[in-house]
Amino acid sequence: MSDLPTALNVLFTEFYYWITVVLMFLIHVGFCTYEVGVSRRKNHMTTLMKNAMVIPTVGVTFYLFGWWLYSSMVNGPGITGGFAPATFALPWNELMAAHMGGKPVQSTITDADTALWARLNGVFWAAFLLFSWTTASIVSGSIIERVRSGAFWLIAVMLGSVTWIIDAAWGWHPAGWMVKLLGYHDAYASGVVHAIAGGTCLAVLINLGPRIGKFKPDGTPRNIPPQNPWLVCIGLFLIYTGFWGFYAACNIPIFDVQAGDGVFYSATNIYLQATTLSAITFNFIMALSGGLMAGYIVSKEDPYWTFSGGLAGVIATSAGNDLYHPIQAMLISAIIVVIIYKMHYWVERKFKIDDAVGAVAVHGYAGFLGVVAVGFVLWGYPSSPDTLLGHTEAWARVTPWGQLIGAIIMFWVLGFIPGYALSWILKKANLLRIPKAVEIAGLDHSGFATALQEDDEIRAVLAQEGRMAPAE
Amino acid sequence: MNTGNVQNWDGNIMDIGPIYPFVGWEGFMALLCLIFWVAWHIWQIKMENKRLEREDVALRKSGNLQKAISDEHSLQRM
Repeated sequence: MSDLPTALNVLFTEFYYWITVVLMFLIHVGFCTYEVGVSRRKNHMTTLMKNAMVIPTVGVTFYLFGWWLYSSMVNGPGITGGFAPATFALPWNELMAAHMGGKPVQSTITDADTALWARLNGVFWAAFLLFSWTTASIVSGSIIERVRSGAFWLIAVMLGSVTWIIDAAWGWHPAGWMVKLLGYHDAYASGVVHAIAGGTCLAVLINLGPRIGKFKPDGTPRNIPPQNPWLVCIGLFLIYTGFWGFYAACNIPIFDVQAGDGVFYSATNIYLQATTLSAITFNFIMALSGGLMAGYIVSKEDPYWTFSGGLAGVIATSAGNDLYHPIQAMLISAIIVVIIYKMHYWVERKFKIDDAVGAVAVHGYAGFLGVVAVGFVLWGYPSSPDTLLGHTEAWARVTPWGQLIGAIIMFWVLGFIPGYALSWILKKANLLRIPKAVEIAGLDHSGFATALQEDDEIRAVLAQEGRMAPAE
Repeated sequence: MNTGNVQNWDGNIMDIGPIYPFVGWEGFMALLCLIFWVAWHIWQIKMENKRLEREDVALRKSGNLQKAISDEHSLQRM
Protein backbone atom coordinates (compact mmCIF):
# COMPACT_ATOMS: atom_id res chain seq x y z
CA MET A 1 0.00 0.00 0.00
CA SER A 2 2.41 2.60 -1.20
CA ASP A 3 -0.20 5.10 -2.42
CA LEU A 4 -2.40 6.97 -0.02
CA PRO A 5 -5.82 6.46 -1.72
CA THR A 6 -5.39 2.67 -1.75
CA ALA A 7 -4.16 2.70 1.82
CA LEU A 8 -7.09 4.86 2.95
CA ASN A 9 -9.56 2.58 1.20
CA VAL A 10 -8.14 -0.62 2.68
CA LEU A 11 -7.55 0.74 6.17
CA PHE A 12 -10.97 2.41 6.28
CA THR A 13 -12.63 -0.83 5.18
CA GLU A 14 -10.69 -2.78 7.80
CA PHE A 15 -11.64 -0.30 10.51
CA TYR A 16 -15.26 -0.14 9.30
CA TYR A 17 -15.78 -3.89 9.74
CA TRP A 18 -13.93 -3.88 13.02
CA ILE A 19 -16.40 -1.29 14.34
CA THR A 20 -19.39 -3.28 13.05
CA VAL A 21 -18.12 -6.30 14.96
CA VAL A 22 -18.02 -4.31 18.18
CA LEU A 23 -21.54 -2.98 17.56
CA MET A 24 -22.85 -6.41 16.68
CA PHE A 25 -21.49 -7.79 19.92
CA LEU A 26 -24.38 -5.90 21.49
CA ILE A 27 -26.74 -8.31 19.75
CA HIS A 28 -25.25 -11.12 21.79
CA VAL A 29 -25.36 -9.08 24.97
CA GLY A 30 -28.99 -8.29 24.19
CA PHE A 31 -29.91 -11.90 23.53
CA CYS A 32 -28.29 -12.97 26.80
CA THR A 33 -30.08 -10.23 28.74
CA TYR A 34 -33.38 -10.94 27.06
CA GLU A 35 -33.15 -14.68 27.56
CA VAL A 36 -32.23 -14.43 31.23
CA GLY A 37 -35.11 -11.98 31.73
CA VAL A 38 -37.57 -14.46 30.26
CA SER A 39 -36.30 -17.43 32.26
CA ARG A 40 -37.51 -18.12 35.76
CA ARG A 41 -35.18 -17.34 38.64
CA LYS A 42 -34.35 -21.00 39.19
CA ASN A 43 -32.78 -21.12 35.70
CA HIS A 44 -31.06 -17.74 35.33
CA MET A 45 -27.40 -18.70 35.47
CA THR A 46 -27.72 -21.83 33.35
CA THR A 47 -29.63 -19.80 30.77
CA LEU A 48 -26.88 -17.20 30.69
CA MET A 49 -24.12 -19.80 30.49
CA LYS A 50 -25.88 -21.61 27.67
CA ASN A 51 -26.01 -18.56 25.44
CA ALA A 52 -22.62 -17.15 26.44
CA MET A 53 -20.84 -20.37 25.48
CA VAL A 54 -22.06 -19.95 21.92
CA ILE A 55 -19.15 -17.53 21.60
CA PRO A 56 -16.39 -20.14 21.90
CA THR A 57 -18.18 -23.16 20.45
CA VAL A 58 -19.28 -21.40 17.28
CA GLY A 59 -16.18 -19.19 17.25
CA VAL A 60 -13.73 -22.09 17.11
CA THR A 61 -15.71 -24.03 14.51
CA PHE A 62 -16.23 -20.96 12.37
CA TYR A 63 -12.45 -20.65 12.31
CA LEU A 64 -12.02 -24.32 11.47
CA PHE A 65 -14.57 -24.65 8.68
CA GLY A 66 -17.35 -22.03 8.72
CA TRP A 67 -15.46 -19.31 6.94
CA TRP A 68 -14.21 -21.69 4.27
CA LEU A 69 -17.77 -22.91 3.62
CA TYR A 70 -18.93 -19.40 2.79
CA SER A 71 -16.57 -18.87 -0.10
CA SER A 72 -16.33 -22.45 -1.33
CA MET A 73 -20.04 -23.42 -1.46
CA VAL A 74 -21.32 -20.67 -3.76
CA ASN A 75 -22.06 -23.11 -6.58
CA GLY A 76 -23.87 -25.62 -4.37
CA PRO A 77 -21.58 -27.46 -5.12
CA GLY A 78 -23.10 -29.34 -8.03
CA ILE A 79 -25.68 -26.75 -9.10
CA THR A 80 -23.74 -24.09 -10.98
CA GLY A 81 -20.29 -25.63 -10.60
CA GLY A 82 -17.99 -27.36 -8.15
CA PHE A 83 -16.27 -26.10 -5.01
CA ALA A 84 -15.00 -22.56 -5.49
CA PRO A 85 -11.39 -21.88 -4.51
CA ALA A 86 -11.16 -20.35 -1.02
CA THR A 87 -7.62 -21.08 0.06
CA PHE A 88 -7.41 -17.88 2.10
CA ALA A 89 -10.17 -19.22 4.41
CA LEU A 90 -8.62 -22.58 5.27
CA PRO A 91 -7.58 -22.76 8.93
CA TRP A 92 -4.01 -23.70 8.01
CA ASN A 93 -3.58 -20.82 5.58
CA GLU A 94 -1.18 -18.06 6.57
CA LEU A 95 -3.85 -15.44 5.83
CA MET A 96 -5.94 -16.79 8.73
CA ALA A 97 -3.49 -15.11 11.12
CA ALA A 98 -1.40 -11.97 11.59
CA HIS A 99 -0.03 -11.01 8.21
CA MET A 100 1.50 -7.86 6.76
CA GLY A 101 0.37 -8.50 3.20
CA GLY A 102 3.82 -9.03 1.70
CA LYS A 103 5.26 -12.10 0.04
CA PRO A 104 3.43 -15.31 0.91
CA VAL A 105 5.31 -18.22 2.41
CA GLN A 106 2.84 -20.88 1.29
CA SER A 107 2.78 -21.79 -2.40
CA THR A 108 -1.03 -22.06 -2.51
CA ILE A 109 -1.51 -18.28 -2.43
CA THR A 110 -0.14 -15.38 -4.47
CA ASP A 111 1.11 -11.88 -3.81
CA ALA A 112 -2.29 -10.62 -4.94
CA ASP A 113 -4.02 -12.81 -2.34
CA THR A 114 -1.93 -11.50 0.50
CA ALA A 115 -2.30 -7.89 -0.67
CA LEU A 116 -6.09 -8.25 -0.74
CA TRP A 117 -6.75 -10.38 2.32
CA ALA A 118 -4.09 -9.60 4.89
CA ARG A 119 -6.02 -6.71 6.39
CA LEU A 120 -9.54 -7.86 5.58
CA ASN A 121 -9.66 -11.58 6.28
CA GLY A 122 -9.90 -11.31 10.05
CA VAL A 123 -12.51 -8.56 10.13
CA PHE A 124 -14.66 -10.21 7.42
CA TRP A 125 -14.39 -13.51 9.28
CA ALA A 126 -15.45 -11.83 12.52
CA ALA A 127 -18.38 -9.99 10.91
CA PHE A 128 -19.74 -13.26 9.56
CA LEU A 129 -19.03 -14.96 12.86
CA LEU A 130 -21.21 -12.40 14.62
CA PHE A 131 -24.05 -13.35 12.27
CA SER A 132 -23.36 -16.96 13.23
CA TRP A 133 -23.70 -16.18 16.92
CA THR A 134 -26.98 -14.44 16.18
CA THR A 135 -28.44 -17.54 14.50
CA ALA A 136 -27.43 -19.71 17.45
CA SER A 137 -28.71 -17.18 19.99
CA ILE A 138 -32.09 -17.13 18.29
CA VAL A 139 -32.44 -20.86 18.93
CA SER A 140 -31.06 -20.56 22.44
CA GLY A 141 -33.92 -18.41 23.70
CA SER A 142 -36.73 -20.56 22.40
CA ILE A 143 -35.59 -23.76 24.13
CA ILE A 144 -34.72 -22.45 27.58
CA GLU A 145 -35.38 -24.19 30.89
CA ARG A 146 -35.41 -27.79 29.66
CA VAL A 147 -32.64 -28.37 27.13
CA ARG A 148 -29.27 -29.83 28.01
CA SER A 149 -26.58 -27.23 27.36
CA GLY A 150 -24.35 -29.77 25.62
CA ALA A 151 -27.10 -30.59 23.14
CA PHE A 152 -27.70 -26.92 22.44
CA TRP A 153 -24.02 -26.26 21.80
CA LEU A 154 -23.93 -29.02 19.19
CA ILE A 155 -27.03 -27.54 17.54
CA ALA A 156 -25.38 -24.12 17.72
CA VAL A 157 -22.31 -25.43 15.89
CA MET A 158 -24.47 -27.03 13.21
CA LEU A 159 -26.48 -23.87 12.64
CA GLY A 160 -23.79 -21.25 13.28
CA SER A 161 -20.87 -22.88 11.49
CA VAL A 162 -22.49 -25.09 8.87
CA THR A 163 -26.08 -24.60 7.71
CA TRP A 164 -26.49 -20.84 7.91
CA ILE A 165 -23.16 -20.18 6.27
CA ILE A 166 -24.06 -22.56 3.45
CA ASP A 167 -27.28 -20.62 2.89
CA ALA A 168 -25.23 -17.42 2.94
CA ALA A 169 -22.95 -18.86 0.25
CA TRP A 170 -26.01 -19.78 -1.82
CA GLY A 171 -28.12 -16.65 -1.45
CA TRP A 172 -26.01 -13.95 0.19
CA HIS A 173 -22.89 -13.87 -1.93
CA PRO A 174 -22.34 -12.03 -5.23
CA ALA A 175 -21.62 -15.41 -6.85
CA GLY A 176 -24.27 -17.50 -5.06
CA TRP A 177 -26.24 -19.95 -7.20
CA MET A 178 -29.58 -18.77 -5.77
CA VAL A 179 -28.80 -15.23 -6.87
CA LYS A 180 -27.86 -16.46 -10.32
CA LEU A 181 -30.73 -18.88 -10.96
CA LEU A 182 -33.55 -17.63 -8.72
CA GLY A 183 -32.80 -13.92 -8.65
CA TYR A 184 -32.80 -14.26 -4.87
CA HIS A 185 -32.54 -10.93 -3.07
CA ASP A 186 -32.09 -10.75 0.69
CA ALA A 187 -29.93 -7.70 1.34
CA TYR A 188 -30.02 -7.62 5.16
CA ALA A 189 -30.63 -11.29 5.79
CA SER A 190 -34.33 -11.81 6.51
CA GLY A 191 -33.97 -15.31 5.17
CA VAL A 192 -30.32 -16.20 5.42
CA VAL A 193 -30.04 -15.37 9.12
CA HIS A 194 -33.55 -15.20 10.56
CA ALA A 195 -35.72 -17.63 8.60
CA ILE A 196 -33.15 -20.40 8.84
CA ALA A 197 -32.75 -19.87 12.59
CA GLY A 198 -36.54 -19.86 13.01
CA GLY A 199 -36.83 -23.10 11.05
CA THR A 200 -34.19 -24.74 13.23
CA CYS A 201 -35.96 -23.47 16.37
CA LEU A 202 -39.22 -25.04 15.28
CA ALA A 203 -37.58 -28.38 14.54
CA VAL A 204 -35.76 -28.53 17.87
CA LEU A 205 -38.88 -27.48 19.77
CA ILE A 206 -40.85 -30.36 18.25
CA ASN A 207 -38.30 -32.91 19.46
CA LEU A 208 -37.68 -31.17 22.77
CA GLY A 209 -41.30 -30.75 23.85
CA PRO A 210 -42.82 -28.05 26.06
CA ARG A 211 -41.75 -27.02 29.54
CA ILE A 212 -43.46 -28.88 32.36
CA GLY A 213 -46.69 -27.08 33.15
CA LYS A 214 -46.84 -25.07 29.94
CA PHE A 215 -50.01 -26.83 28.81
CA LYS A 216 -53.02 -27.79 30.90
CA PRO A 217 -54.25 -31.40 30.75
CA ASP A 218 -56.84 -30.33 28.18
CA GLY A 219 -54.07 -28.83 26.01
CA THR A 220 -54.79 -25.18 26.74
CA PRO A 221 -51.52 -23.22 26.97
CA ARG A 222 -50.62 -21.47 30.20
CA ASN A 223 -48.84 -18.16 30.08
CA ILE A 224 -45.42 -18.37 31.73
CA PRO A 225 -44.65 -14.64 31.98
CA PRO A 226 -41.09 -13.33 31.78
CA GLN A 227 -39.47 -13.31 35.23
CA ASN A 228 -38.13 -9.82 34.60
CA PRO A 229 -40.01 -7.93 31.86
CA TRP A 230 -37.86 -4.85 32.34
CA LEU A 231 -34.69 -6.82 31.62
CA VAL A 232 -36.32 -8.41 28.60
CA CYS A 233 -37.09 -4.98 27.16
CA ILE A 234 -33.56 -3.75 27.76
CA GLY A 235 -32.31 -6.88 26.02
CA LEU A 236 -34.46 -6.09 23.01
CA PHE A 237 -33.15 -2.53 22.93
CA LEU A 238 -29.59 -3.85 22.96
CA ILE A 239 -30.48 -6.12 20.05
CA TYR A 240 -31.89 -3.12 18.16
CA THR A 241 -28.62 -1.28 18.78
CA GLY A 242 -26.52 -4.20 17.60
CA PHE A 243 -28.76 -4.49 14.57
CA TRP A 244 -27.39 -1.15 13.32
CA GLY A 245 -23.97 -2.72 13.27
CA PHE A 246 -25.46 -5.73 11.56
CA TYR A 247 -26.86 -3.55 8.78
CA ALA A 248 -23.55 -1.76 8.35
CA ALA A 249 -21.70 -5.08 8.26
CA CYS A 250 -23.91 -6.25 5.39
CA ASN A 251 -22.52 -3.43 3.26
CA ILE A 252 -19.20 -2.89 1.60
CA PRO A 253 -18.27 0.71 2.46
CA ILE A 254 -16.26 1.75 -0.62
CA PHE A 255 -16.40 0.00 -3.96
CA ASP A 256 -16.04 1.13 -7.56
CA VAL A 257 -19.53 0.39 -8.87
CA GLN A 258 -19.05 1.93 -12.31
CA ALA A 259 -19.36 -0.71 -15.01
CA GLY A 260 -17.29 0.10 -18.07
CA ASP A 261 -15.42 3.39 -18.39
CA GLY A 262 -14.94 5.71 -15.47
CA VAL A 263 -14.90 5.27 -11.74
CA PHE A 264 -17.67 5.78 -9.20
CA TYR A 265 -17.20 4.89 -5.59
CA SER A 266 -20.19 3.95 -3.49
CA ALA A 267 -21.25 1.74 -0.65
CA THR A 268 -22.75 -1.51 -1.89
CA ASN A 269 -24.87 -4.26 -0.47
CA ILE A 270 -23.58 -7.82 -0.19
CA TYR A 271 -24.33 -8.42 -3.89
CA LEU A 272 -22.10 -5.47 -4.85
CA GLN A 273 -25.12 -3.41 -5.94
CA ALA A 274 -24.76 0.27 -5.15
CA THR A 275 -26.66 1.48 -2.11
CA THR A 276 -26.33 4.17 0.52
CA LEU A 277 -26.24 4.16 4.29
CA SER A 278 -28.90 6.86 4.11
CA ALA A 279 -31.30 4.48 2.36
CA ILE A 280 -30.98 1.78 4.96
CA THR A 281 -31.17 4.27 7.81
CA PHE A 282 -34.51 5.59 6.57
CA ASN A 283 -35.83 2.09 6.18
CA PHE A 284 -34.49 0.65 9.41
CA ILE A 285 -36.19 3.32 11.49
CA MET A 286 -39.45 3.28 9.56
CA ALA A 287 -39.60 -0.53 9.73
CA LEU A 288 -38.86 -0.43 13.43
CA SER A 289 -41.63 2.14 13.86
CA GLY A 290 -44.15 0.10 11.87
CA GLY A 291 -43.33 -3.00 13.88
CA LEU A 292 -43.55 -1.26 17.24
CA MET A 293 -46.89 0.36 16.39
CA ALA A 294 -48.40 -2.85 15.05
CA GLY A 295 -47.03 -4.87 17.97
CA TYR A 296 -48.52 -2.41 20.44
CA ILE A 297 -51.99 -2.64 18.92
CA VAL A 298 -52.13 -6.35 18.15
CA SER A 299 -50.80 -7.37 21.57
CA LYS A 300 -53.08 -4.91 23.35
CA GLU A 301 -50.25 -2.84 24.89
CA ASP A 302 -48.11 -5.80 25.97
CA PRO A 303 -44.54 -4.42 26.32
CA TYR A 304 -42.90 -7.73 25.51
CA TRP A 305 -44.73 -8.14 22.22
CA THR A 306 -44.55 -4.44 21.40
CA PHE A 307 -40.75 -4.50 21.48
CA SER A 308 -40.63 -7.93 19.85
CA GLY A 309 -42.87 -6.45 17.16
CA GLY A 310 -40.25 -3.75 16.53
CA LEU A 311 -37.59 -6.39 16.06
CA ALA A 312 -39.82 -8.56 13.89
CA GLY A 313 -40.68 -5.51 11.78
CA VAL A 314 -37.03 -4.83 11.00
CA ILE A 315 -36.44 -8.51 10.23
CA ALA A 316 -39.50 -8.60 7.97
CA THR A 317 -38.20 -5.76 5.82
CA SER A 318 -34.49 -6.50 5.93
CA ALA A 319 -34.51 -8.49 2.70
CA GLY A 320 -35.48 -5.38 0.72
CA ASN A 321 -34.38 -2.50 2.94
CA ASP A 322 -31.67 -1.48 0.48
CA LEU A 323 -34.34 -0.59 -2.10
CA TYR A 324 -37.70 -0.07 -0.37
CA HIS A 325 -39.27 3.32 0.12
CA PRO A 326 -39.41 4.03 3.88
CA ILE A 327 -43.22 4.05 3.87
CA GLN A 328 -43.24 0.70 2.12
CA ALA A 329 -40.89 -0.58 4.80
CA MET A 330 -43.19 0.70 7.53
CA LEU A 331 -46.31 -0.86 6.02
CA ILE A 332 -44.70 -4.23 5.22
CA SER A 333 -43.32 -4.31 8.74
CA ALA A 334 -46.69 -3.56 10.35
CA ILE A 335 -48.60 -6.11 8.27
CA ILE A 336 -46.10 -8.91 8.86
CA VAL A 337 -45.93 -8.22 12.59
CA VAL A 338 -49.70 -8.69 12.89
CA ILE A 339 -49.48 -11.96 10.92
CA ILE A 340 -46.58 -13.42 12.91
CA TYR A 341 -48.20 -12.52 16.25
CA LYS A 342 -51.36 -14.38 15.27
CA MET A 343 -49.33 -17.29 13.88
CA HIS A 344 -47.35 -17.62 17.10
CA TYR A 345 -50.44 -18.21 19.22
CA TRP A 346 -52.15 -20.33 16.59
CA VAL A 347 -49.16 -22.69 16.32
CA GLU A 348 -48.84 -22.78 20.11
CA ARG A 349 -52.47 -23.84 20.54
CA LYS A 350 -52.67 -26.13 17.54
CA PHE A 351 -49.36 -27.99 17.76
CA LYS A 352 -48.48 -27.50 21.46
CA ILE A 353 -45.21 -25.78 20.60
CA ASP A 354 -43.67 -24.03 23.61
CA ASP A 355 -41.47 -21.31 22.17
CA ALA A 356 -40.42 -19.43 25.30
CA VAL A 357 -39.42 -16.22 23.53
CA GLY A 358 -41.49 -16.33 20.36
CA ALA A 359 -38.33 -16.82 18.27
CA VAL A 360 -39.99 -18.92 15.59
CA ALA A 361 -42.45 -16.10 14.97
CA VAL A 362 -40.17 -13.08 15.38
CA HIS A 363 -37.30 -14.55 13.34
CA GLY A 364 -38.68 -17.50 11.41
CA TYR A 365 -42.08 -16.37 10.17
CA ALA A 366 -41.06 -12.72 9.87
CA GLY A 367 -37.91 -13.67 7.95
CA PHE A 368 -39.80 -16.04 5.67
CA LEU A 369 -42.56 -13.54 4.90
CA GLY A 370 -40.01 -10.77 4.46
CA VAL A 371 -38.23 -12.73 1.74
CA VAL A 372 -41.55 -13.48 0.02
CA ALA A 373 -42.60 -9.81 0.22
CA VAL A 374 -39.50 -8.81 -1.76
CA GLY A 375 -40.67 -11.00 -4.62
CA PHE A 376 -43.76 -8.85 -5.07
CA VAL A 377 -42.51 -5.39 -4.11
CA LEU A 378 -39.19 -5.62 -5.98
CA TRP A 379 -40.50 -7.79 -8.84
CA GLY A 380 -38.28 -7.38 -11.91
CA TYR A 381 -35.27 -5.81 -10.17
CA PRO A 382 -31.92 -7.24 -11.31
CA SER A 383 -30.40 -9.53 -8.70
CA SER A 384 -26.83 -8.78 -9.66
CA PRO A 385 -24.74 -6.01 -11.30
CA ASP A 386 -24.02 -8.21 -14.29
CA THR A 387 -21.67 -6.03 -16.33
CA LEU A 388 -19.67 -5.00 -13.29
CA LEU A 389 -19.14 -8.62 -12.33
CA GLY A 390 -18.41 -9.72 -15.89
CA HIS A 391 -21.33 -12.10 -16.34
CA THR A 392 -21.57 -13.32 -19.90
CA GLU A 393 -25.35 -13.53 -19.61
CA ALA A 394 -27.75 -11.67 -17.35
CA TRP A 395 -28.61 -13.38 -14.08
CA ALA A 396 -32.21 -13.98 -13.03
CA ARG A 397 -34.32 -11.09 -11.85
CA VAL A 398 -36.32 -10.83 -8.61
CA THR A 399 -39.63 -12.68 -8.87
CA PRO A 400 -42.29 -13.87 -6.39
CA TRP A 401 -41.61 -17.51 -7.21
CA GLY A 402 -37.83 -17.11 -6.95
CA GLN A 403 -38.23 -15.50 -3.53
CA LEU A 404 -40.76 -18.12 -2.40
CA ILE A 405 -38.42 -20.96 -3.36
CA GLY A 406 -35.63 -19.09 -1.62
CA ALA A 407 -37.68 -18.69 1.57
CA ILE A 408 -38.52 -22.41 1.54
CA ILE A 409 -34.85 -23.28 1.15
CA MET A 410 -33.96 -21.03 4.07
CA PHE A 411 -36.69 -21.99 6.54
CA TRP A 412 -37.37 -25.62 5.65
CA VAL A 413 -34.48 -27.11 3.68
CA LEU A 414 -31.52 -25.63 5.55
CA GLY A 415 -33.31 -24.62 8.76
CA PHE A 416 -35.92 -27.19 9.69
CA ILE A 417 -34.61 -30.45 8.21
CA PRO A 418 -31.05 -30.42 9.62
CA GLY A 419 -32.38 -29.07 12.95
CA TYR A 420 -34.93 -31.84 13.16
CA ALA A 421 -32.40 -34.54 12.25
CA LEU A 422 -29.80 -33.49 14.80
CA SER A 423 -32.27 -32.89 17.63
CA TRP A 424 -33.93 -36.26 16.88
CA ILE A 425 -30.57 -38.03 17.15
CA LEU A 426 -29.82 -36.22 20.41
CA LYS A 427 -33.26 -37.13 21.71
CA LYS A 428 -32.76 -40.81 20.88
CA ALA A 429 -29.38 -40.70 22.64
CA ASN A 430 -31.10 -39.17 25.70
CA LEU A 431 -28.91 -36.09 25.35
CA LEU A 432 -31.53 -33.49 24.48
CA ARG A 433 -33.64 -32.91 27.56
CA ILE A 434 -32.81 -32.63 31.25
CA PRO A 435 -34.36 -35.02 33.80
CA LYS A 436 -37.86 -34.14 34.98
CA ALA A 437 -36.91 -33.64 38.64
CA VAL A 438 -34.10 -31.25 37.67
CA GLU A 439 -36.46 -29.29 35.44
CA ILE A 440 -38.97 -28.89 38.27
CA ALA A 441 -36.31 -27.94 40.80
CA GLY A 442 -34.58 -25.61 38.35
CA LEU A 443 -31.27 -25.86 36.58
CA ASP A 444 -29.57 -23.46 38.95
CA HIS A 445 -29.98 -26.02 41.71
CA SER A 446 -27.00 -27.57 40.04
CA GLY A 447 -24.92 -29.01 42.83
CA PHE A 448 -28.07 -29.61 44.82
CA ALA A 449 -26.82 -32.97 46.06
CA THR A 450 -23.78 -31.24 47.53
CA ALA A 451 -25.94 -28.48 48.95
CA LEU A 452 -28.17 -31.00 50.70
CA GLN A 453 -25.19 -32.74 52.18
CA GLU A 454 -23.86 -29.45 53.49
CA ASP A 455 -27.36 -28.66 54.66
CA ASP A 456 -27.48 -31.81 56.77
CA GLU A 457 -24.04 -31.12 58.23
CA ILE A 458 -25.06 -27.61 59.25
CA ARG A 459 -28.33 -28.82 60.72
CA ALA A 460 -26.41 -31.41 62.73
CA VAL A 461 -24.05 -28.76 64.11
CA LEU A 462 -26.93 -26.41 64.95
CA ALA A 463 -28.82 -29.26 66.61
CA GLN A 464 -25.78 -30.06 68.70
CA GLU A 465 -25.70 -26.47 69.87
CA GLY A 466 -29.43 -26.65 70.59
CA ARG A 467 -30.25 -23.94 68.06
CA MET A 468 -32.20 -26.05 65.62
CA ALA A 469 -34.15 -29.31 65.49
CA PRO A 470 -32.22 -32.22 63.94
CA ALA A 471 -32.83 -32.96 60.29
CA GLU A 472 -35.58 -35.47 59.66
CA MET B 1 16.76 -18.81 18.78
CA ASN B 2 14.14 -17.16 16.59
CA THR B 3 10.56 -18.45 16.50
CA GLY B 4 9.36 -16.17 13.70
CA ASN B 5 10.29 -14.95 10.23
CA VAL B 6 10.68 -11.33 11.27
CA GLN B 7 14.37 -10.48 11.60
CA ASN B 8 13.92 -6.72 11.94
CA TRP B 9 11.41 -3.98 11.05
CA ASP B 10 13.87 -1.92 9.06
CA GLY B 11 13.65 -3.59 5.65
CA ASN B 12 11.03 -3.34 2.96
CA ILE B 13 7.67 -3.83 4.66
CA MET B 14 6.27 -5.31 1.44
CA ASP B 15 8.61 -8.25 1.93
CA ILE B 16 6.98 -9.15 5.22
CA GLY B 17 4.30 -11.79 5.10
CA PRO B 18 3.18 -13.75 8.16
CA ILE B 19 4.40 -12.30 11.45
CA TYR B 20 3.27 -14.97 13.88
CA PRO B 21 5.74 -17.44 15.34
CA PHE B 22 6.22 -21.01 14.08
CA VAL B 23 5.36 -20.34 10.44
CA GLY B 24 5.10 -23.69 8.68
CA TRP B 25 3.29 -25.34 11.59
CA GLU B 26 -0.19 -24.09 10.60
CA GLY B 27 -1.50 -27.55 9.68
CA PHE B 28 -0.41 -28.98 12.99
CA MET B 29 -1.97 -26.05 14.86
CA ALA B 30 -5.24 -26.54 12.95
CA LEU B 31 -5.18 -30.20 13.98
CA LEU B 32 -4.63 -29.19 17.60
CA CYS B 33 -7.58 -26.82 17.31
CA LEU B 34 -9.79 -29.59 15.92
CA ILE B 35 -8.78 -32.01 18.68
CA PHE B 36 -9.32 -29.35 21.35
CA TRP B 37 -12.81 -28.62 20.02
CA VAL B 38 -13.94 -32.26 19.76
CA ALA B 39 -12.43 -33.16 23.12
CA TRP B 40 -14.15 -30.23 24.76
CA HIS B 41 -17.59 -31.38 23.61
CA ILE B 42 -16.96 -34.96 24.74
CA TRP B 43 -15.69 -33.79 28.09
CA GLN B 44 -18.54 -31.29 28.51
CA ILE B 45 -21.27 -33.80 27.69
CA LYS B 46 -19.83 -36.40 30.06
CA MET B 47 -19.53 -33.82 32.82
CA GLU B 48 -23.05 -32.51 32.31
CA ASN B 49 -24.57 -36.00 32.15
CA LYS B 50 -22.84 -37.00 35.37
CA ARG B 51 -24.02 -33.88 37.17
CA LEU B 52 -27.60 -34.17 35.97
CA GLU B 53 -27.74 -37.83 36.97
CA ARG B 54 -26.40 -37.03 40.43
CA GLU B 55 -28.92 -34.23 40.82
CA ASP B 56 -31.76 -36.37 39.58
CA VAL B 57 -30.98 -39.07 42.13
CA ALA B 58 -30.65 -36.55 44.96
CA LEU B 59 -33.87 -34.78 44.06
CA ARG B 60 -35.85 -38.00 43.89
CA LYS B 61 -35.06 -38.80 47.53
CA SER B 62 -37.96 -38.14 49.86
CA GLY B 63 -38.71 -34.48 50.35
CA ASN B 64 -35.70 -33.13 48.47
CA LEU B 65 -37.60 -31.93 45.43
CA GLN B 66 -39.98 -29.98 47.66
CA LYS B 67 -37.01 -28.46 49.48
CA ALA B 68 -35.45 -27.44 46.19
CA ILE B 69 -38.63 -25.80 45.00
CA SER B 70 -39.06 -23.85 48.21
CA ASP B 71 -35.35 -23.03 48.47
CA GLU B 72 -35.07 -24.59 51.91
CA HIS B 73 -31.35 -24.51 52.36
CA SER B 74 -29.81 -23.75 55.73
CA LEU B 75 -26.96 -22.08 53.87
CA GLN B 76 -29.30 -19.68 52.13
CA ARG B 77 -31.19 -18.84 55.31
CA MET B 78 -28.10 -18.02 57.32
